[in-house]
Amino acid sequence: MGIWLGFERRVALRFLREGRMQSLLIIVGVAAGVAVVAYISALISGLQANTLDKTLGAQPHITLSPLDEVVAAAVPPAGTTALQQTQPRAQRPRSVANWAALVPVLEALPGVAGVSPMVAGAGLAQRGEASKSIALVGVELDRYDRIVQLRRKVVAGNARLGPGEAILGRDLAVDLGVRVGDRVAVVTSSSSGSVSDAVRITALVDLGVRELNRRTVIVPLRAAQSLVGLPGGATNLDLVLTDVWAAPDIAAGLARRWPYKVESWQDTNAPLVSALNAQSVSTGLIRAVVMVVVVLGIASVLVVSVVQKQREIGILRAMGATRGQVLRIFLLQGAIVGALGSALGVLLAVLLVWAFSTFVKGSDGLPLFNITLAPGLALRIAAIATVCGVLAAVAPARRAAALDPAQAIRL
Amino acid sequence: MTTPLLQLADVRKRYNIGLPNEAEVLRGVSLTLQPGEFAALIGPSGSGKSTLLNIIGLLEPLTTGSYRLQGDEVAGLDDAALTRRRRSTLGFVFQFHHLLPAFTALENVTLPALMRDGAVSAERRAQAMAMLQAVGLEQAAAKRPGALSGGMQQRVAIARALVLQPPLVLADEPTGNLDTASSNEVFRLMRHMHATLNTAFLIVTHDPRLAARCDRVIELVDGRIESDERQVPAGADNPGASPTPAPP
Repeated sequence: MGIWLGFERRVALRFLREGRMQSLLIIVGVAAGVAVVAYISALISGLQANTLDKTLGAQPHITLSPLDEVVAAAVPPAGTTALQQTQPRAQRPRSVANWAALVPVLEALPGVAGVSPMVAGAGLAQRGEASKSIALVGVELDRYDRIVQLRRKVVAGNARLGPGEAILGRDLAVDLGVRVGDRVAVVTSSSSGSVSDAVRITALVDLGVRELNRRTVIVPLRAAQSLVGLPGGATNLDLVLTDVWAAPDIAAGLARRWPYKVESWQDTNAPLVSALNAQSVSTGLIRAVVMVVVVLGIASVLVVSVVQKQREIGILRAMGATRGQVLRIFLLQGAIVGALGSALGVLLAVLLVWAFSTFVKGSDGLPLFNITLAPGLALRIAAIATVCGVLAAVAPARRAAALDPAQAIRL
Repeated sequence: MTTPLLQLADVRKRYNIGLPNEAEVLRGVSLTLQPGEFAALIGPSGSGKSTLLNIIGLLEPLTTGSYRLQGDEVAGLDDAALTRRRRSTLGFVFQFHHLLPAFTALENVTLPALMRDGAVSAERRAQAMAMLQAVGLEQAAAKRPGALSGGMQQRVAIARALVLQPPLVLADEPTGNLDTASSNEVFRLMRHMHATLNTAFLIVTHDPRLAARCDRVIELVDGRIESDERQVPAGADNPGASPTPAPP
């Protein structure tokens, strides 16, 4: 038994070495293509991971809240048609029914990493003559921390939510002219009149979005319940998942099981999701086009090579090389060009990624975002490029194999 | 009686069948070659010599007729079977472009073994080296064909054609583009190999002086065998013998 493809490999390598300039150019061409594909993939996945991280860092993956209240229209008597208009109902704050029992059930679901009850309401924060409208958030700090990693976002003070304590968004503190340790009055109004509570600031947080930083006041769940007028209630339950992309499926499952309004982060961030999708689609297109160019490049070089090597192919065939052997010689050349090109291309991509992380910096002097070329991705791209090399070689190889040896020698 | 090496019976070859430019190049060629013969195939341009050689070399199919190679009918075999036969039975020496320029002389000679076995064993390598030695080119083993003269290249080609010791070597104008000295040398080498290995040679040539030094001369005119004579080769020991007709 001979070595696997010993003859084909030797001849393929020699043919490539013989057409040195041609081979070198096409290998560099393949390398450039592979580098572009690998770099774009790394860049876009880094960019998307960064965007997602920023977006999902300040919000839950799934929010569960009471169904909206609707006014049921009167059913007209049979046989008559009624022209009617229904005034939509104003949505008053309501509690998620039975939320305390629901929390452990949700926590036990597969894929759910954390559940946090929340009371959300609107109000004013006042200090002296300053009065700012706020988004009031009542949470249990430990549970809420699992949803938005609040402790990591503290910019001043220590995150703590004892009775009568609050955590403020950074910009709100500036607007009110308060610092950690100062007191602020929180005022809300409900149907039963206005409620006021004085809270002491334990920490300031940067939630990553200016609008949130200017409006957020986080207080203990109990305090929010009394401020909003929902004793013992929770306006919504926040969930974090182990896999953010499973959110729509899990949300749909929850909505089927219980009569709640269940929204995934994809529902609440539809423009972002479609932007990410558009980005992924255009990246895919770019990658496909680059790969097609690579395939065409390899194919054209091999087509020329087949024409140049007609005589040699004829001699090989006369000497007893089978059509299969000739076919494999050229397929192998495609594979070798693809493999060498991808090895070089991956190296180039690593260099590009390094250059990006080193030279492209944000205003704070830190890299804009992290991009890395995952080894798995690099391997996959290299494998695809090699397969593309073989595919590119199919047509020229078939042509070479089909050459009539008698004619090829005569040329 | 031994099986003839090859037997052609009423072989015809037509090109462009059914087209206005249809042409019959071979018009009923019958020919028998015994193992170990040393024959020349001569004839004017366009007489069908190359076509006949290609058919004998299994590079082209015949249109009608019968071709037995070592007793087996090969007309109508498919490409894969013909290729196997070619590999096991035939060696080729061409006028031009005889060697693969990307391989050294020694590698060119080991190519048939590499093609057959997928690797070159030490034994095959030694055999190839011995063959290069036999054609007087052991010094040139590591050189590429481009660095060798035409005569040297043709000697490497002869070494390559003979390395697996096929029963028949087909040579198409092997001295066609060589000067007289190289031409004589190459021809002497073929006769020497024939004498030592008892390989049959069928040599297409234009050169009457070369034909005169073969044991048998087959002349093809207009696709038919015009004459087929055995002779005592010129320059051999018994110059008195006269040409006699070959047995059918």
